[in-house]
Amino acid sequence: MASTGAVRGYKMNTDGMQELYKYWAGTIPGLKADKITAMIDRFGGIEDAFYASEKALEDMAKKCGEEGIRFTERELKAIIQGRNFDAIKRNLEYLKEHGIKYVTILDDSYPYKLRNIYDPPFLLYFKGMMFPSDKKAISIVGARNCSVYGMETARYLAGALAREGIIIISGLARGIDSHAHIGALYADGTTYGIMGCGIDICYPPENINLYMDMQQNGGIISEYGPGINPLPYHFPMRNRIISGLSDGIAVIEAKEKSGSLITVDLGLEQGRNIYAVPGRITDKLSAGCNNLIKMGAKMVTSPQDILEDLVDYAKVLRTDSESGQIKLAGLLDSREQAVYDAIGLTPVHVEELALLTGFELGELMEHLISLELKDLICQPVNSRYTRKL
Amino acid sequence: MFSRAYSAVIHGIDGLIVSVEADVSDGLPLFEMVGLLNSEVKEARERVRIALKNSGYMFPPKRITVNLSPADIRKEGTAFDLPVAVAILTAFGHVLEDNLKDTLIIGELSLNGTIKKVNGVLPLVYAARQRGFLRCIVPKENADEGAVVSGIKVYGAGTLKEAVRMLNGFDDYKPNSVDISMLFQGGHSEDGLSDENVDFSEVAGQAAVKRAIEIAVSGMHNILMIGPPGSGKTMLAKRIPTIMPELSFDESMEISKIYSIAGLLGNRALITGRPFRSPHHSITSTALVGGGATPKPGEISLAHLGVLFLDELPEFNKNTLEVLRQPLEEKAVTISRLNATYRYPAGFMMVASMNPCSCGYYPDRNRCNCSLNMIKRYLGKISKPLLDRFDICIEAPQIDYKELQIKKMEETSADIRKRVQAARRIQMDRYAGQGIWFNSQLTPKSIHKYCRLDAREKNLLEQAFEKMKLSARAYHRIIKVARTIADLDSSERITVRHISEAICYRSIDGKYWGGEGL
Repeated sequence: MASTGAVRGYKMNTDGMQELYKYWAGTIPGLKADKITAMIDRFGGIEDAFYASEKALEDMAKKCGEEGIRFTERELKAIIQGRNFDAIKRNLEYLKEHGIKYVTILDDSYPYKLRNIYDPPFLLYFKGMMFPSDKKAISIVGARNCSVYGMETARYLAGALAREGIIIISGLARGIDSHAHIGALYADGTTYGIMGCGIDICYPPENINLYMDMQQNGGIISEYGPGINPLPYHFPMRNRIISGLSDGIAVIEAKEKSGSLITVDLGLEQGRNIYAVPGRITDKLSAGCNNLIKMGAKMVTSPQDILEDLVDYAKVLRTDSESGQIKLAGLLDSREQAVYDAIGLTPVHVEELALLTGFELGELMEHLISLELKDLICQPVNSRYTRKL
Repeated sequence: MFSRAYSAVIHGIDGLIVSVEADVSDGLPLFEMVGLLNSEVKEARERVRIALKNSGYMFPPKRITVNLSPADIRKEGTAFDLPVAVAILTAFGHVLEDNLKDTLIIGELSLNGTIKKVNGVLPLVYAARQRGFLRCIVPKENADEGAVVSGIKVYGAGTLKEAVRMLNGFDDYKPNSVDISMLFQGGHSEDGLSDENVDFSEVAGQAAVKRAIEIAVSGMHNILMIGPPGSGKTMLAKRIPTIMPELSFDESMEISKIYSIAGLLGNRALITGRPFRSPHHSITSTALVGGGATPKPGEISLAHLGVLFLDELPEFNKNTLEVLRQPLEEKAVTISRLNATYRYPAGFMMVASMNPCSCGYYPDRNRCNCSLNMIKRYLGKISKPLLDRFDICIEAPQIDYKELQIKKMEETSADIRKRVQAARRIQMDRYAGQGIWFNSQLTPKSIHKYCRLDAREKNLLEQAFEKMKLSARAYHRIIKVARTIADLDSSERITVRHISEAICYRSIDGKYWGGEGL
């Protein structure tokens, strides 16, 4: 075996070598964590597994097969071919240069919650800060093409939870995912994005600012190494990590058949709490959420609904007075209040507002601008206004 | 035997007098025409020769030379047939020479000697009057058009023979006359012009858009309407000319000249309604601004003093729209050719409509499934500089069935027009002698002079500027629109309310469109 010969030529400290073996084990293509750990157990250590002869590997495969863990020919071949010392070293160098870190299931720092799910990834790449296992985490997921209501709710919920020190996890996709991350960042909270592509690829590309900012206040996590493209089947796989890392999953907007519901199913298997934000029964984008509530998910109408499950009750009470609409007291005069009351989370046209409030257009617009400047409402589309949460 | 007749050629939108000289001498039989002629003018030779023969005149085998001068200006069009024929007949002694020097002659000849109508009679006759001619002979079909010009006698001739008889004795013929006040009274609904049979009262609801249109018309601000399909954007746009002030005679003449050159006058003597041009989005940039080998006015000049409506704005070719930028600032378009530079007026009000996304229903997520990227791509078809030219931007909401059923008394166009006229009068008085007619024409410097703001208003603008990240251009736009709103209010001062309303009409902001990014 040429590769083993090459390996013997190097002198490295034991720690460095250990890293190398772990990285090798974590990057064998197509091999899942259960098989890798079974192999390592069989050889009594990762170093022995690395240096095992082909014959020894075949014996190991046979013995494992008797216990129900079957290695295929292809997998054995991949194990052998992966033992290229130079290539592994090059890859490790590359990761170091690009600030990409990784953790394997053999390490203590591997996220505790994730370790206990069915089919955890053997190796996780991450950028930014290490995922803290001791903190509570909530994943916020939902539709990519979300409505303004979904967008505002995602930001509000994520912000309120993040302010209480809860980690916000999502998938860095368009729509709800992005807004959850943004909400957490605005609140100076911690947020992690789980990618369905290589750790160094920002997908979708327009989220590049988010991708960079999150590394300062949290991080990016992926089980895929550098350069791996976002392929459709990666995303359901990445959903198991999203749910696996979190204590609960909040769905904000989802159609009846939505990818977010895959995350919910996985979360249920993993024993996570499921939260859903209700919507109007006529809104297609809320059909999935409403169905979840029907099936027993916890309905979320305020951040307290989630907080009370995660932190102790005294803390929840304290936050009550700080959040929500109470900050408005004394800020608005009665006319502005009337206009504000007429504006909800669905964009409403100026004309409709005039009918609702009875103000003339000129006066109405004066109040609208005043409210907009006070940062209470915004104009997501021309001539239409929504409340800012 | 030498003779000289006078005709004219269109240059830009003005007429240029051309003298048509003919010389008949002995020598080898030849008929030659010189003087920088386009091919259609060169072909006049054959038409004239045969028309003379068929009208019963001898065409003797002599050496005939025709010169059109000034020789350094390109002659184009078919209006030279008749003057060439007249000049030759004069050289042969068939026409009295005395009458020629005070008469402008235009007309195309048919082979049998009848005179056919030509384009551009109005500016040509106009030029003749300026130059002190006493009378014009024009094709019979163009006689009304020419007669609109006062201070000059216009005779309509049907055949070459008739024209010759006229020139030999004008006393037997009566000059054509039209009653201009009658022209202005009659309703009309022709192609390319405003349809006077429509009225704003026919549009149900849409109070906010109507208000925005009223402001736009008062200050001649360009307006962009956004809305789902079927919300009535086109219907509203078509009614904009009905609230514009009625045309004055001078304005009417200006428009009619352009239409005369473009050959769009039809049977009318004068254009008496505001133009409403709605070119299809497949239009080329040449058709839009004018041009061609022999320049012709484009849609923007045809919309002069009226409305240029660009329906489905993002569907237009991007390059086509970009050529609008300069004429929008200059209120005219200059087309340069090697031989000459042509200038066409283009003082139009731009009205455009578009959907908020490619399916048209954003932000109604029950119907719209466009991703933010798709929406951004759709909006990206319109360049930021062009978008900056729209002072007012408003969304036309979907009308629900209930609103269509309610028989509410909607305001008529006449009522709105009264307010518009009042606001226009205020502007006219304020800017008298400044070369400015509308608030939309204010430059940053003149804004300073005419739009004084008090501390409260300044404070509001400053806050908005910071908060909404406005550009300098947007800032000026808001003040201009606020000025118009104040004028509609007959208020000398611009108040917080006026500014607030103007801010509400600000154009699409990349940041807010489809939710803000990080």
